[in-house]
Amino acid sequence: MASKRDVNLTINGASHAVSIEPRRTLADVLRDDCGLTGTHLGCEHGVCGACTVLVDGRPVRSCLMFGVQAEGKTIRTVEGLADGDTLHPLQQAFWENHGLQCGFCTPGFLMLAAGALEENPEMSDNEIKDVLSSNLCRCTGYQNIVKAVRIAARELRARPRA
Amino acid sequence: MNWIGRSLPRLEDPSLLRGHGSYVADRIGKAASVRFVRSPLASGAITGIEIPPGATVFTGRDLSDVKPIQPILHRPDYIAIGQPVLPVDRVAFCGQAIAVVVAEDAALAEDIADQVFVDIDTTDAIVDLDTALAPGAAPVHPEAPSNVLVEGRMRTAGFDRAFADAAEIVALDLRSHRQSAAPMEGRGGLAEYDGVSGRVTLTASVQMPHMLRTGIADALGMPESELRVIAPDVGGGFGQKMSLFPEYIVLVWLARKLKRSVAWIEDRRENFTASAHGRDQAFSLRGAFAKDGRLLGLEADLRSNVGAFSCYPVTCGVEPLMALAELPGPYDLGEYGVRSRGVTTNTCMMAPYRGVSRPMLTFSMERLMEVAAKRLGIDAVEIRRRNLIGTFPHRSPTGLVYDEGSYLQAMETAVKAINLPAFRARQTALRKRNRHLGVGLSVFSERTGYGTPAYAARGMDIVPGYEIVDCTMDPSGNVVLRIGSSPHGQGLKTSLAQLVGDELGIEPQRIRVVSGDTDATPYGWGTFASRSMVIAGGASKLAAGQVAGKLKAIAAHLMEASPDDITLENGLARVSNSNRTTEIGALARAAYHQSHKFKGLSPGLHESAVYDPGGTFSNACHVAIVEVDIETGGVRIERFLVVEDAGVLINPMIVDGQIAGGVAQGIANALFEEMIYDENGNLLTASFADYLLPTSAEIPEIEITHMETVSPESVTKAKGVGEGGAIGAPAAVVNAIVDALSPFGIELFELPATPQRIREQLRKAGVSVHG
Repeated sequence: MASKRDVNLTINGASHAVSIEPRRTLADVLRDDCGLTGTHLGCEHGVCGACTVLVDGRPVRSCLMFGVQAEGKTIRTVEGLADGDTLHPLQQAFWENHGLQCGFCTPGFLMLAAGALEENPEMSDNEIKDVLSSNLCRCTGYQNIVKAVRIAARELRARPRA
Repeated sequence: MNWIGRSLPRLEDPSLLRGHGSYVADRIGKAASVRFVRSPLASGAITGIEIPPGATVFTGRDLSDVKPIQPILHRPDYIAIGQPVLPVDRVAFCGQAIAVVVAEDAALAEDIADQVFVDIDTTDAIVDLDTALAPGAAPVHPEAPSNVLVEGRMRTAGFDRAFADAAEIVALDLRSHRQSAAPMEGRGGLAEYDGVSGRVTLTASVQMPHMLRTGIADALGMPESELRVIAPDVGGGFGQKMSLFPEYIVLVWLARKLKRSVAWIEDRRENFTASAHGRDQAFSLRGAFAKDGRLLGLEADLRSNVGAFSCYPVTCGVEPLMALAELPGPYDLGEYGVRSRGVTTNTCMMAPYRGVSRPMLTFSMERLMEVAAKRLGIDAVEIRRRNLIGTFPHRSPTGLVYDEGSYLQAMETAVKAINLPAFRARQTALRKRNRHLGVGLSVFSERTGYGTPAYAARGMDIVPGYEIVDCTMDPSGNVVLRIGSSPHGQGLKTSLAQLVGDELGIEPQRIRVVSGDTDATPYGWGTFASRSMVIAGGASKLAAGQVAGKLKAIAAHLMEASPDDITLENGLARVSNSNRTTEIGALARAAYHQSHKFKGLSPGLHESAVYDPGGTFSNACHVAIVEVDIETGGVRIERFLVVEDAGVLINPMIVDGQIAGGVAQGIANALFEEMIYDENGNLLTASFADYLLPTSAEIPEIEITHMETVSPESVTKAKGVGEGGAIGAPAAVVNAIVDALSPFGIELFELPATPQRIREQLRKAGVSVHG
């Protein structure tokens, strides 16, 4: 067992100082050291994408990244997606369009879609479906997830730029 | 205001969307971490276990007082096999838990587990059905010398006559390879020890919390009152999480032994190797057809690979006996002769997985119909038309009674929707450009919502089926509904709130459904077998109806009217044809605080009801249109249509979600997913990189049409709908592939129809990839 390292992370705008083993994944750091259990672990080998978070704005599998690699980086998780009581347009669209059933994969899909739409707000419907094939869902058959992200994309495009 | 029939957004969702869901791994806090040491070999004698010094590790010898898991069927043809929670003398499959490590964190526990050395004197593993059933095969368990753990047989009186009269006998060998339910969240449990009371609370990712409490208490010889089981948010189950697993018994044993809280969260590899599988079946069918295409008789030899042990509580009879009873499906079969066997092997245990046998039996019957149609020169739709059941109630040769359905109408609606003549024209035109499209049909029945009679008929020692629901309206007019069913993603809380909302005349938002806590809910059977909407829904409607009756009596008293003239709607009790109303909240307050006024009524608004139905059949027709790439053997699904009859839909959006999700798993069954063992019993597909779940790129939009047959067999008029998608899709997809490849004369009888299998058939047919 290796000795621990002190690491500072910025998560959803708040600073977190943690002392962690170098082998600890970012997902475990978020869940166990920072108490942010909205990020889920479905496979821990980088396929399912349930653990997707945004690192410096890009979607990342947090099970494939070490916590120490996140030093100094800006991390966003599902807990930071809503604006207080107001759901993010993606969350709202998932709700209204039945884009979730058991909800376990949902945080990963939300963060994947949030990152992809921030990078390219003009994604076509086909590009959206393609991006969403990065993650696995076992309940929905995907069509309502794809539909929800397409609707949220339109909603986000229609918004005045901040 | 009617809430039934509305696509109300789910009440469950806001917390899940915010990342505030509470799955078992989110609750473990400071509990010690548990890691299981698992067998690296499929079969052999344990000759020694070396434990690293200073480590907290327990083996089967430490748990010698714990009873094995031994589910019982009261049938002479059933051999009960006990599954030790941790084996002492021998291992029976690769991945079986042998020892348990407790450490301060998960990584440390894993480090220690890696240092536990298990010495196994290996013996030849029996892995597949053919090896297990071969004459002289070594027995997996000494109690079962032939490796058959359960065997059902029946033959109707006129069987031989049907075959003598047949114009055409169609014989097929069909195969369904092994699948995993693969819920996105694996299994896991947190056993918390309460130092004051000595009670243990087990929070676990399960579908049947009460059954788990009974099974664990029995195994450990403790009163059930000392154990509380909680199913929190559960990340999918699909049947995999309804059985009692050794790991949960060990967790409760550890909490009591160590007098502290312990947690085990399995990893994906454990889920693949050591939870439960399904669908490993081989069927040999002989269909006796009349010249006009009517199926006069059916002979079936059905083999199911049930793995190393029998799942509790439903037993390893679940796949073989379901196959025996339901093989005729939607067809009006005259004579039936069947032998169905559950065969044990050195592989992971079989347990129910969405559809249980019916994906395979539907695949088998639908392939049989297609082949018979070709041989007899009858159109594939027409041969089904001539065989589908149409008068109700219908009694099958196995004694099942089918309630009202729309088998024929659903198929006709689906066929019309795809415009078959136009498709054939397009198919012909594209073939000239070396593009191969095909259309495939699947018609099936889905037996849902069955109560104790169905399980008792199987000879189960533990007979599930009924549901008890407690409905309480508090003095403010809000409701708590306590159910024994245990939803895990189906949106049942929303659907029940809509149902009860209509019964009581209040908004669903005022109804809180409590489930998944043995301290807070009546004893029940959890969620499986497409039962919850029918059975828990039925009990909810009855209990809420009793509360409504009381509210009406109070309203009648206060407004000086007859209870028969009171309606409950929009939060008000109203005297019919008048403008006299009272708020339901005021009635509720009176029920508790002015109870002396209401003679003959007990104080308060607390009612309980039981529902134990005989069962109701949903039905559907699936149609797939596919394109096959003959160079690669790859299949793309262009369209997928479902015409489904599940009676009255409580929440159409939720119903459609169940169908679409089921179809996706059925498409996976048809094309992608296969658990592969090597000849030594090592699982070769123990990751998502090797076991391929479909993604959004592979699943098309599912086009769903509903029919509505109202059955007297369901008090809510709703039929079950959880499994149909998975049942029907494999047959439709493979029939479509065969249709696409019909110029080459290729038939497929194996699931999944992977590119390799399709290419193999094309090669055999001499199809050049560059032609």
